[in-house]
Amino acid sequence: MKVSIDDLHKAFESRVRLGIMSALAVNEGLDFTSLKDFLDVTDGNLATHIKKLEKESFIEVEKSFVDNKPNTTYYMTQEGKKAFEEHLNVLEEIINSQKKKSN
Amino acid sequence: MKEEQDYIQDLAEIRSMMERSSKFLSLSGLAGVMAGIYALTGAYIAYSVFNFNPHEIIYRSFESSSLSMVIFIAIAVLIMAIGTAIFLSSKKARKRDENVWNATSKRMIASMAIPLAAGGIFILILLSKGLIGLIAPSTLLFYGLALYNASKFTFDDLKLLGLIQMGLGLTSAWFVEYGLLLWALGFGMVHIIYGIYMHLKYER
Repeated sequence: MKVSIDDLHKAFESRVRLGIMSALAVNEGLDFTSLKDFLDVTDGNLATHIKKLEKESFIEVEKSFVDNKPNTTYYMTQEGKKAFEEHLNVLEEIINSQKKKSN
Repeated sequence: MKEEQDYIQDLAEIRSMMERSSKFLSLSGLAGVMAGIYALTGAYIAYSVFNFNPHEIIYRSFESSSLSMVIFIAIAVLIMAIGTAIFLSSKKARKRDENVWNATSKRMIASMAIPLAAGGIFILILLSKGLIGLIAPSTLLFYGLALYNASKFTFDDLKLLGLIQMGLGLTSAWFVEYGLLLWALGFGMVHIIYGIYMHLKYER
């Protein structure tokens, strides 16, 4: 299989979005505060990146109330999972092929 | 365009995020050493000051006033061990620039708390029925179950520690006369050895 940089999904160009997807890949669901904690970014920054991923329908949002406070939990969709796995594969292929070239 | 180096960095960060967001890695090894020291001290006081050494499941020859002192010592050891673990783990978390009370630590604590709560209630039942000799084995057994369960959300090494404690618990249930000795071995020596091992492996 021949892969190229073009196969990398635009949504994963940012490290923050890649981080969100990585955290959601190994967690059933995470709330906003936990994500912010792991990624070490500001509220606004995280919200923007989340919106982009939501637009791609890679993640979905569930709003609920915990102790009368609004609580937002984010989940990875099937589509997001597929795209993320594909992205990992492409990354691997690129690295491998470049290694071969340099040998 | 991104360079190869960037893609390698991408992969490294993905891996690190997956680990960081699913496992609590600020658990302190030194806290294990301290817990072991408290346990050995507690077992020594119970044995030498209060003459506590159940040799049969129904331990009749023991005064109830001394028994409440032994229970008091056990609870004191537990509180000191938990307190030290929280203190040293938050110190380690601060150093690692991580929040000690985050999604992973909550999950680790919840996965420990449920087997431990069941064990605690079971021990109260044993106590009320006078089955004193089975208390030390039960603490080891339920603690082992809790560790085994929690190992999914922190260092994998805790799995083996859990199995060792379960093994000691079952052994001491069979050989009740060695209950206190095996308890001191499990909560004392094994904790100290394991704590040093974890400290050398992850904290240097």
